[in-house]
Amino acid sequence: MARTIIPIGPYHPLQEEPSFFTLTVEGERVVAVDVELGYNHRGIEKLSERKTFDQSTFLVERICGICSTSHPFAYTRAVEDIISLEVPQRAKYIRTIIAEGERIHSHLLWLGLAGHFLGYNTVYMWAWKLREEVLDAMEVLSGNRNNYAMFKPGGVRRDIKASDIPGVIKKIDSIIPTLVMLKKAVMDDPVLGARTKGIGILTKEDAINYAALGPTSRASGVARDVRKDCPYGAYDRVNWEMIVTQNGDVFDKLVVRVLETFESVKIIKHCLLNLPNGEIDAKIKNIPPGEGIGHIEAPRGEAFHYVRSDGTNRPVRHKMRAPTFMNLPTYKATVIGQTISDATIIFAAIDPCYSCTERMTVRNTKGKKLYNGEDLIRLSQEKTAKIKSKLGVK
Amino acid sequence: MQPLIDIIKLLGKETLVPKGSSRTTFLLAPVIGLASVILVSTLLWMNNIWTDKTFLGDLIVVLYLLTIPSICIIVGGFASRNPLASLGASREMKLILSYELPFVLAVLVPVIKSNFSLRLGEIVAVQAQNGVILGSLSGILAFIVLIMCMQAKLALVPFDIPEAETEIIGGPLIEYSGTGLAIYRLTKNMLLFVLPFFLMILLMGGLRFDGIHLLFGILKYVGVVALITVIRNTNPRVRIDQAMRFFWGPMTLLAAVAVVLALFGQ
Repeated sequence: MARTIIPIGPYHPLQEEPSFFTLTVEGERVVAVDVELGYNHRGIEKLSERKTFDQSTFLVERICGICSTSHPFAYTRAVEDIISLEVPQRAKYIRTIIAEGERIHSHLLWLGLAGHFLGYNTVYMWAWKLREEVLDAMEVLSGNRNNYAMFKPGGVRRDIKASDIPGVIKKIDSIIPTLVMLKKAVMDDPVLGARTKGIGILTKEDAINYAALGPTSRASGVARDVRKDCPYGAYDRVNWEMIVTQNGDVFDKLVVRVLETFESVKIIKHCLLNLPNGEIDAKIKNIPPGEGIGHIEAPRGEAFHYVRSDGTNRPVRHKMRAPTFMNLPTYKATVIGQTISDATIIFAAIDPCYSCTERMTVRNTKGKKLYNGEDLIRLSQEKTAKIKSKLGVK
Repeated sequence: MQPLIDIIKLLGKETLVPKGSSRTTFLLAPVIGLASVILVSTLLWMNNIWTDKTFLGDLIVVLYLLTIPSICIIVGGFASRNPLASLGASREMKLILSYELPFVLAVLVPVIKSNFSLRLGEIVAVQAQNGVILGSLSGILAFIVLIMCMQAKLALVPFDIPEAETEIIGGPLIEYSGTGLAIYRLTKNMLLFVLPFFLMILLMGGLRFDGIHLLFGILKYVGVVALITVIRNTNPRVRIDQAMRFFWGPMTLLAAVAVVLALFGQ
């Protein structure tokens, strides 16, 4: 059968961000998939080395517009790891509240988009309308609808006023009835079930082999969640459940996200009601030489930051890894063998975030990708050799 | 007003013809589609204004003419030489093959009910005397089948598979711009009137111009369009194989049952 290449991207209604998928298809069936990144590389790791530890918090907040708390959270934990600092209790609770609020609005955003990709625009509108309520609550707590700027190494930047708490709880409570309705509409809809059940199955073995993270792995029966495995913030003081389902198809990923929203509501309410008194900032004076890692469970999976300090006020190396980087390769296991109609929703099912995943790609002027990591090392060695021979050193 | 403004704006835009495409076919396809819809529209209006001045077999003509816009989309899609357009065109082809059988079967119900008449005018006249066909059991079944088939003919969710924006970016229409696209839009918007109107004539007594019946006629149209919109907004898009199974299975069965019931006078 003749093979055709179907391009999805670099600009496609499916994605808000530029990324390029080539699907090789036989008729409607996908036989090969390739992903190309590099359309939106911003060099944040390098930029971070030129900023102070405090400034970098704001920089990493802008890695992703949706998980704008995950990266500062992981980064501040990495910095605190260098000095083995214990953050004040109150700050831990506030961090947890902000992180969970972000999880709710991120999952709702995904749910809406998933509905949109399936042509189900009513789900799209309802989910986004509900998301607005969460954003309003976040505005009361942090002063911002997004990019909260709440984090700093050693604690949080802004306290939660006791007078704000009842209003926020009321707002969070008010989303529950709509959320329950949405859950019913999504989980019991036969047509939606027909489109998502048994589609794009990621088996447990594949999830482990590809090291999938977050909801993508939990839908495949891999109980992996940083909040449980390696508790941080206030997660070990709250009674909540990790949602794990077994099938690994698109429907299960959807179920995991919807049910996690309910858990997040639970966590936020508990933290707001049991907010301990005390300091919110450990007031770090200086950061000694050393290295630290910080990892947290972002809405899409584990966000990982590594920071090395040489004793100055700037990190000398800052490495970050967003969850989509690990989840993207699972396409090899899930998309191949499916039809094009299903491929799009499978792409969307891992809740991809490309701007966080961007890596540098080098092309020559003809637009052909020429260089991979080894090529670049070879080129750099060749250039060094050239300069050496020019200077006459050996 | 927005659809009208869109069309006027598009008419003034440049028409691009993709390299390597079949130029004549590519540009002619939308025009033929629009022409056939206009013809159908004329026939249907004629039937409602002068019920006795129509010709025998106009129902068959209308059925044929209603498939032409879909065929034009297929032809235009294949002519544009774009892989996504070809994909959409082949999906449209599968969709036509799946919904035409239940569609024609369901249309047989009013034919049987009006003493085997193939004249639309007579179907309307019979309903004016004996009450609407929708009032009978076979009429209700035929109505359900026709609404589903119309949804597919109009390429609306859940059967907007050929155009699926988030999958194949508009499918056959992807290479169209300017006037060509405007004509396709116009065709689609006209179909949104013509098809419910056709359904009204077949099962709901058509549009009559005497007094309160005119208001009823308008309400019938609004009701059908509202039903289409509700279906569109409460369902996700299905896959092409699911759509085919749906039309060849339950829908064809339902239409066949309706025909049998109509034969027994139900």
